[in-house]
Amino acid sequence: MTLLKTAQLGYGADCKTFLRNITFEVERAEVFALIGPTGAGKTTLLRLLNLLDTPTSGKIYFNGQDTAKSTQLRLHIRRRMAMVFQKPVVFNSSVYENIAYPLKVRGCGRKEIQTRVEEMLQITDLKGYEKRRARTLSGGEAQRVALARAMIARPELLLLDEPTANLDPVSVSKIEEVLANTIREQKTTVIMATHDMSQGQRLADMIGVLMNGEILQIGSPSEIFCSPSNKEVAEFVGVENILSGIISQKDGALVTINVDGATIEAISEFAVGDKIYVIIRPEDITFTLAKETSSARNVFQGEIARMTTVGQLVRIEADCGFLLLGVVTKRSAEELNLNLGKKIYASFKATAVHVIK
Amino acid sequence: MSELWEAFLQAIQLIVTLNSEVVEIALRSLAISATAVVLASLVCIPAGGLIHFRNFQGKRVLINIIQTFYSLPTVCIGLFVFIFISRAGPLGELGLMFTPAAVVIGQMVLITPILMGLTISALSGVDKAIKDSALSSGATEFQAIWTIIKEARFAVVAAFIMGFGRAISEVGAAIILGGNIRGYTRVLTTAISLETQKGELVLALALGIILIALALIINVIVNLALQRY
Repeated sequence: MTLLKTAQLGYGADCKTFLRNITFEVERAEVFALIGPTGAGKTTLLRLLNLLDTPTSGKIYFNGQDTAKSTQLRLHIRRRMAMVFQKPVVFNSSVYENIAYPLKVRGCGRKEIQTRVEEMLQITDLKGYEKRRARTLSGGEAQRVALARAMIARPELLLLDEPTANLDPVSVSKIEEVLANTIREQKTTVIMATHDMSQGQRLADMIGVLMNGEILQIGSPSEIFCSPSNKEVAEFVGVENILSGIISQKDGALVTINVDGATIEAISEFAVGDKIYVIIRPEDITFTLAKETSSARNVFQGEIARMTTVGQLVRIEADCGFLLLGVVTKRSAEELNLNLGKKIYASFKATAVHVIK
Repeated sequence: MSELWEAFLQAIQLIVTLNSEVVEIALRSLAISATAVVLASLVCIPAGGLIHFRNFQGKRVLINIIQTFYSLPTVCIGLFVFIFISRAGPLGELGLMFTPAAVVIGQMVLITPILMGLTISALSGVDKAIKDSALSSGATEFQAIWTIIKEARFAVVAAFIMGFGRAISEVGAAIILGGNIRGYTRVLTTAISLETQKGELVLALALGIILIALALIINVIVNLALQRY
């Protein structure tokens, strides 16, 4: 069931457009990550979703209700969600008062507030801090206070704006642990902005890639990372082996692509003459010392231009007229006696090639 | 010079011996100005909060106008209020002219821009993220304004004390609206003015010392508040 839906959302100020044509849906209990570079509009979008700012065009629906209907409705909906900001924000009062704030403004009783604050202190590992002035806490501790404050009113939707940016690794893992537990146990719907791809991959069910104020792709983490919809997304999600080429022949779905004079075969919908980009995942490339007969449609001879050892893996860049990056295990590299300048064959299947415009 | 010194000593004597007239005038001054600043604060601090909180067309112009009114001459305010509350004025029937209430009203009008403007400045010093956090936590507009005021509490207290200082030290409005009636509307500033004209330097000086002492106390409080802020 859809909890939040946006339709053609746009936002601009001072003659500048920050967001345009943002349309997406978030299901209940789903973790939706908004990834994109700094300045892409992630914070702006989260602020619109939290109803802190008003969109200049388009609509936001929460649980099917148009959020623009009335100020009273906006307050009512805002009370069903909570947001954690990138920079930890705490009020100039005690940790207890900070965490209790959302319940106080909702008019909850003293007893209920006390029980819930105790619970949140436990969850966020802040027991013993309740009397401390929140302003004297470290960045990581303050962010945990902000997280506790966001979660105390049991929001249906939790909006997180890069909550772990600028924090030390220990604080990051503590906050991620709290988040993961909350998501699992309370089935809270989460929309989180992050530029940390691995965090997006670790926590999200769905990912939206936001660049220059537009959502370029929405999909599961594997879709985003394996089949990026265009070159910008591919580059942002860290896809290697992005080669530009032109489709020279087409036989049904099988196309022949001219890449720097070499021809690559792939499966694609694009037509002859289309300028495209070819994406090949390094894991899909096989290196051999001799040309072997196999089902792989693409085999290129080249020589090793660069080798980098990363843990148990060796990244190999082969110059085949164009550069191809592949990954082999350390043992394979030793057994094949791979070293710089060595002649090798790189092969990959036509189905391993992802073609984008 | 020695005459002046003698007058100063006599003035101190009047204060130390708690001369009934001096005490009465000082207490009336305190009461009138405290009433004015409390009543004005009840309106101006929330109003300043609202102006800070909301975005509307002409907001900057409004803040500029408010700040310009900081230095409005007190006699002009006295005259302005006089037009409203004098027998022939629109509020003439209320019979406020030459009463302590009239002086309170005059002082309220006088310190309204200061209280409002300094409240806006105080709240502008609060991180915008506090407002967002309050709203995001489910606060209503009023609750969010109250949260921001609490964050800027020391600067707001400073605004309150500045307003009080301006009210107690003004003479123009008090003399026009109160009429400096002995035992009724006579306050420190109007009394000093009158006694000086009469040549009663000792009494004038004693009242002056009290007024300066009050101003000093107020300044100390403001500084303490600002240091803590």
